[in-house]
Amino acid sequence: MDILIFAETDEKGNLKKDALEIASYAHEICSKTKGKVKAICFNSTNPKKLSEYGVKKIINSKNEKLKNFDAGIYSDCISEIFSNENCDILILSSSSNSKYIGGILAVKIDAGYVTNVISKPVEGNKLSVLRNTFTNKAFETVEITKRKIILAISKNSFGLKENPVESEISEFNFNISDARNKVTSVEKTLNKVTIADADIVVSGGRGLKGPENWHLIENLAEVLGGATACSKPVSDLGWRPHSEHVGQTGKPVSSNLYIAVGISGAIQHLAGVSSSKVKVVINTDPEAPFFKAADYGIVGDAFEVVPKLIDKLKEFKSAND
Amino acid sequence: MKILVCISHVPDTTSKINFTENNSTFDKNGVQFIINPNDEFGLTRAIWFKEKNNATVDVINVGLQDTESTLRKALAIGADKAIRINQQPKDGYSVAKHISDYIDNNSYDLIIAGRESIDYNGGMVPGMISAFTNINFIDKCIELNISGDSVEASREIEGGKENILTKLPLIIGGQKGLVEENDLRIPNMRGIMMARKKELKVIEVSGDYEATNSKSFEKPLPKGDVTLVSENEIEKLIDLLHNEAKAI
Repeated sequence: MDILIFAETDEKGNLKKDALEIASYAHEICSKTKGKVKAICFNSTNPKKLSEYGVKKIINSKNEKLKNFDAGIYSDCISEIFSNENCDILILSSSSNSKYIGGILAVKIDAGYVTNVISKPVEGNKLSVLRNTFTNKAFETVEITKRKIILAISKNSFGLKENPVESEISEFNFNISDARNKVTSVEKTLNKVTIADADIVVSGGRGLKGPENWHLIENLAEVLGGATACSKPVSDLGWRPHSEHVGQTGKPVSSNLYIAVGISGAIQHLAGVSSSKVKVVINTDPEAPFFKAADYGIVGDAFEVVPKLIDKLKEFKSAND
Repeated sequence: MKILVCISHVPDTTSKINFTENNSTFDKNGVQFIINPNDEFGLTRAIWFKEKNNATVDVINVGLQDTESTLRKALAIGADKAIRINQQPKDGYSVAKHISDYIDNNSYDLIIAGRESIDYNGGMVPGMISAFTNINFIDKCIELNISGDSVEASREIEGGKENILTKLPLIIGGQKGLVEENDLRIPNMRGIMMARKKELKVIEVSGDYEATNSKSFEKPLPKGDVTLVSENEIEKLIDLLHNEAKAI
């Protein structure tokens, strides 16, 4: 039973951390089933890195037409390799782009598709996995009834596990048609860590009193190398862009560390961030619901606590670097 | 322009999540159901096209009779007609296939589905419909403008947005941004009265399309207590994050 992973790269062609995590996951399955882990990546500058995580065959297609993501083209290429390589399982990450193509691929290769997967598969009569559901308020065990399977793995649910193997790297030339959706421009803040890629997310709520105070959040995120986020009311008030809204109707966060500043912790917010590993809350109100969901907390005024925290973190960073 | 909006009937965001029948089924007891928020942003944009461009707006749902209250709400907000495919939704694949079958028999220019439902969080239905029907697809769509059959849209990407030019017919996975929170409409009395007279068509289907089978649910274990640190001992927090939590 061979497994194909779609190993995503960033704009510079470097493999993303998610790609190494799904490789680790796929290797774990194959160590039991004697199958082979294979990977498809597009214009990767360091495809060999996948062999450190158990991938035995790496297909790296270098093609200008694959430089920018297009759901139609990407899903055509991935399904072509999946069938050429006689794979039974396709593993995706939970990035926006992987989620975009997951449903398309499930139809193209006629597979049972499960998203938000957080466990290794359990083999019974049929393969089953555990997934997050109801915005992290519950787990669901799902059995796949089709022969082909696609699993989208939740970020940080499995972690990186090095398994160096000998690997074969090959190229593949796709016959690529024109994109049906034409991207005319991209508006993006450069050199900023995104919520999806960040290991650390610093998030602000109404307790910060106004957008003019956001330097506190930005500076704290900067010293930690993290991304900035906000609560729903903050985005509804227009203090911050929608793309920073995290919670049940916004973005989910599954970072290693989530720091909530001046966020009381409405049930929808807590659900959206609950798969983050470590949660810290800073709030003036000791009764704020977030304290019940957090691992560490400081009861105090953000305007006093955050600057002190930034200073102490700078000292810590310079002592530990 | 003919628009179809796919509507998920989901528990209100504040609902307590419990399970019954030996943890195999979501417990609907005492739960308020609403239009899936991502679908509602799309529906509101569809009503905008109806008012500005004379579009017709149909809403569709795969579900049993108890979901009709949610379809009636969509009609009260301004949709013209509702379609209910009379089947207990089993998984994303079967829902997408049933809706795609309906689209194949009733052509639409624009199909709007929420990018994800807030209950099962599958996030797969719009992409699957696009593949079943071979219609252009934009996921996480946050802006949508149409003139003739040409479409200018934006999709949210990590850290920003991408502007896209494409053509109808089109399916989008919608979310906030298509309209804003304060553009959402609360049905008024007249809307509710009119909704009672609008057509709600029930379609009987046969065939099991599901690709996965939900076996059981469990709830996360209760969390341990928070460790409080005094605001005068910030070093202690940094020490805990570094040595105990290993997060920095």
